[in-house]
Amino acid sequence: MAEPVLQLDSLSKNFGGLRVTDGVTLEIMPGEMHALIGPNGAGKTTLINQISGLLAPDEGRIFLAGRDVTQAEPYARATLGLARSFQITSVLPGFTALENVALAVQARSGSSYRFFGNAASERELVEPALAALSEVGLAARAHVVASQMSHGEKRALELAMALAMQPKLLLLDEPMAGTGPEETDKLVAVLGRLKDRFPMLLVEHDMQAVFALADRISVLIYGRILTTGMPDAVRDDPQVIAAYLGDETE
Amino acid sequence: MSTALFIVQTLNGLQLGVLLFLIAAGLTLVFGVMDFINLAHGVQYMLGAYLAVMFYALTGNFFFALLLALGAALLFGLLLEFVIFRHLYERNHLDHVIATFGIILFLNQGVKFVWGAAPLTLPIPEMFTGSVALMPGLLYPVWRLVVIGAGLAVAILLYVLVTQTRIGMLVRAGATNANMVSALGVDIRRLFMIVFGFGAMLAGFAGVMIAPILSVEPGMGDTILILAFVVIVIGGIGSIRGAFIAALLIGLVDTLGRSFAVDILRLFMASSTARTVGPAIASMLIYVLMALVLYFRPAGLFPAKGR
Amino acid sequence: MSQADVSQATDIAAAPSRRLTGGLFLPLVIFSCFAIIPLLTVFGAETYLLGLVTRVMIFAIAALALDLLVGYGALISFGHAAFIGIGAYAVGILASHGIGDVLISFPVALAASALFAWLTGIVCLRTKGVYFIMITLAFGQMIFFTASSLAPYGGDDGLTIHARNTIAGLKLLDNERVFYYFALLCLLGTYLLCRAIVASRFGRVFRGAKENATRMATLGFQVYRFQLVGYIIAGMMGGLSGFLLANATNFVSPAYMSWQRSGELLIMIILGGTGTLNGAIVGSAAFLLLEEWLSGFTEHWKMIFGPLLVLAVLFVPGGLGGIGAALMRRLRRG
Repeated sequence: MAEPVLQLDSLSKNFGGLRVTDGVTLEIMPGEMHALIGPNGAGKTTLINQISGLLAPDEGRIFLAGRDVTQAEPYARATLGLARSFQITSVLPGFTALENVALAVQARSGSSYRFFGNAASERELVEPALAALSEVGLAARAHVVASQMSHGEKRALELAMALAMQPKLLLLDEPMAGTGPEETDKLVAVLGRLKDRFPMLLVEHDMQAVFALADRISVLIYGRILTTGMPDAVRDDPQVIAAYLGDETE
Repeated sequence: MSTALFIVQTLNGLQLGVLLFLIAAGLTLVFGVMDFINLAHGVQYMLGAYLAVMFYALTGNFFFALLLALGAALLFGLLLEFVIFRHLYERNHLDHVIATFGIILFLNQGVKFVWGAAPLTLPIPEMFTGSVALMPGLLYPVWRLVVIGAGLAVAILLYVLVTQTRIGMLVRAGATNANMVSALGVDIRRLFMIVFGFGAMLAGFAGVMIAPILSVEPGMGDTILILAFVVIVIGGIGSIRGAFIAALLIGLVDTLGRSFAVDILRLFMASSTARTVGPAIASMLIYVLMALVLYFRPAGLFPAKGR
Repeated sequence: MSQADVSQATDIAAAPSRRLTGGLFLPLVIFSCFAIIPLLTVFGAETYLLGLVTRVMIFAIAALALDLLVGYGALISFGHAAFIGIGAYAVGILASHGIGDVLISFPVALAASALFAWLTGIVCLRTKGVYFIMITLAFGQMIFFTASSLAPYGGDDGLTIHARNTIAGLKLLDNERVFYYFALLCLLGTYLLCRAIVASRFGRVFRGAKENATRMATLGFQVYRFQLVGYIIAGMMGGLSGFLLANATNFVSPAYMSWQRSGELLIMIILGGTGTLNGAIVGSAAFLLLEEWLSGFTEHWKMIFGPLLVLAVLFVPGGLGGIGAALMRRLRRG
């Protein structure tokens, strides 16, 4: 029985009187693509923020590859192999796509306390960065400044940055948010290819993408996990349909 | 070190605190609601003092001078807001700093140009001159008590305004999230103008009240401005309550620190060393206090935008 | 992916460093001008000019350091003059105890600045935005008042230094022209160091923190540490500036680190355009020369300068650098 890549143990978070995360227990196994679905306001992004360390839980614990990271800072979790993308695009707008990804490579590749030398021309940074950009289909746009990219390209860029970190776990917070049908298909194809290389926790509203990609699905309602299971089981679960899928207009 | 001296200095500390509050209140609101760094707030205070001196020379009556000075300070504040500041709200903080710095340069030189560089005085109104015996053998100037009283009265007034009136609610909301308030249909421009004008008036009021005690001279606003910044940083930007508590704290720490630093140090070291090191340490005290507060609470004690 | 692709990409990627710090043309012009000026004074111009331009270069060093913080790191420090003061006082205090050699006062000035930067940086960098501006201002005030109350070292009135620092015992710096070139060398060194830092791995992280600090943290960078190191480096450069200033004027006073001075440094980099490095040098020249010129007209020159600043902020947001860049774009379009 392999060790889970990510383990959440009775995680809880309150905002004032509102219990946003309610005793969430979840496991993500190696090689698994695990989707997290639920209506808006269910607390999905709050949960992701707790996993990546931007928010501290009130109760419960988080284990990354067996290590207790509950108190760890975001940068420490990233160093341990946690990569994430953000629901609201979060790249470095003034840097080119290549520079963005190269920074992600740089975090893994030797000391950043070097005060001399041109970081932009370091082969050991550029090569892996270009490779990551190719994976998501952005190699041709490598030298475009991020702020000038389209929304869909920026989403892909976020994914490239996450990949460049050689992660042990990918946290993807609604990567398809706001993308048109063409770009969504592209992203789904990319994620399909990456599925086998990295375990992923995918938060998404796009049900087609979720059912096409996920190995297991967890449903989050009002901060609680309603159920976890294989896609077909979840799709047919009457509770899930009543709480979420039945109202789903997609 | 006698009890009498301690009481006197505590009262002096309260007086400084109350003064700082009057200045910090307007400053913290402008920061909190408009996210605007107004270095020129110190010259509002200075202007209040100068205007009072001028109107006193014209009318011969302190209270008329006070009213006229308040009115003029309000008008001047609104003028600054209308002509210059409202074009800067969208800009970054560095632009605010430079622009308001330019206004300080202009006004500090301007008052020198109009009234000369020599310090001016404003006499204490007749009925408040002299001292009162708080305890046998302890005399304290009446006017200083008036200043403390006036400051506390304004604090209560502000509290009532901010918590009980509709406009106060809008101000509190604006300090927490200005965009939201605007999106709800409130005329945010008018709100800004009111907040700014009121803050300017408070600073001017402080200037008038302190004029009889301190000398009125160019640049008098600069040092107190920085103290006011320390107050709002410790208190939390956007919070009147924070400003009040921090102002009293700073007033007391600074005044008592300066009075008793040398004496306290003498308990630990040679008298001559204490006399050399004492004043230096005393002047550093409030900054050390600020550093400590910010180390544990980087957004101050009661930040309006929450932690 | 072929090796050729990677090479091509690397070449294109290296180009943006020019975007970051400007080409080599402008600094070449600037430093050539600086180098020539002492030669021009042979033709009868006063040593007054030499002294003025030396001042420009000294403040340009502090301005470069501040541009590193503000323009590249978005750390708006309103207390940078503190470092000038610390560097200057290091020289002054050592001199008052009979120690007057560069070999001692130079490292002491840098070390003292580094120490102050470290101690205050630890606290300042925990804050953001407006709080950061205010706390740097307050720390600057703190050191100002401390210096003012140091009675044995002149207190409010300041301290006269009877002779410039010697270099290994030799009174080389007493010659105005030698001192000028010494300062120019320091400026050149500082400029080249800043350029290197900006393009380096460290610089990338530092600049990344300006773009999106949260993102940087989730990539695995301990942003706080990088900013602290940057802050210390900038502080040390400020200390260098102070070291030179004390030697230039043979005088130190708390006024060197007043908050007005910190404000003036910010004005210099805004005038020249933040985030360009060249702008810091151009800006200090513009500011100090403007100050000299205007104060020649009237003692109330600040009444002209103040509104000029306001107008500059309102109508020329990119500073002279912005005007320069706009001009270049016009010229290129033909």
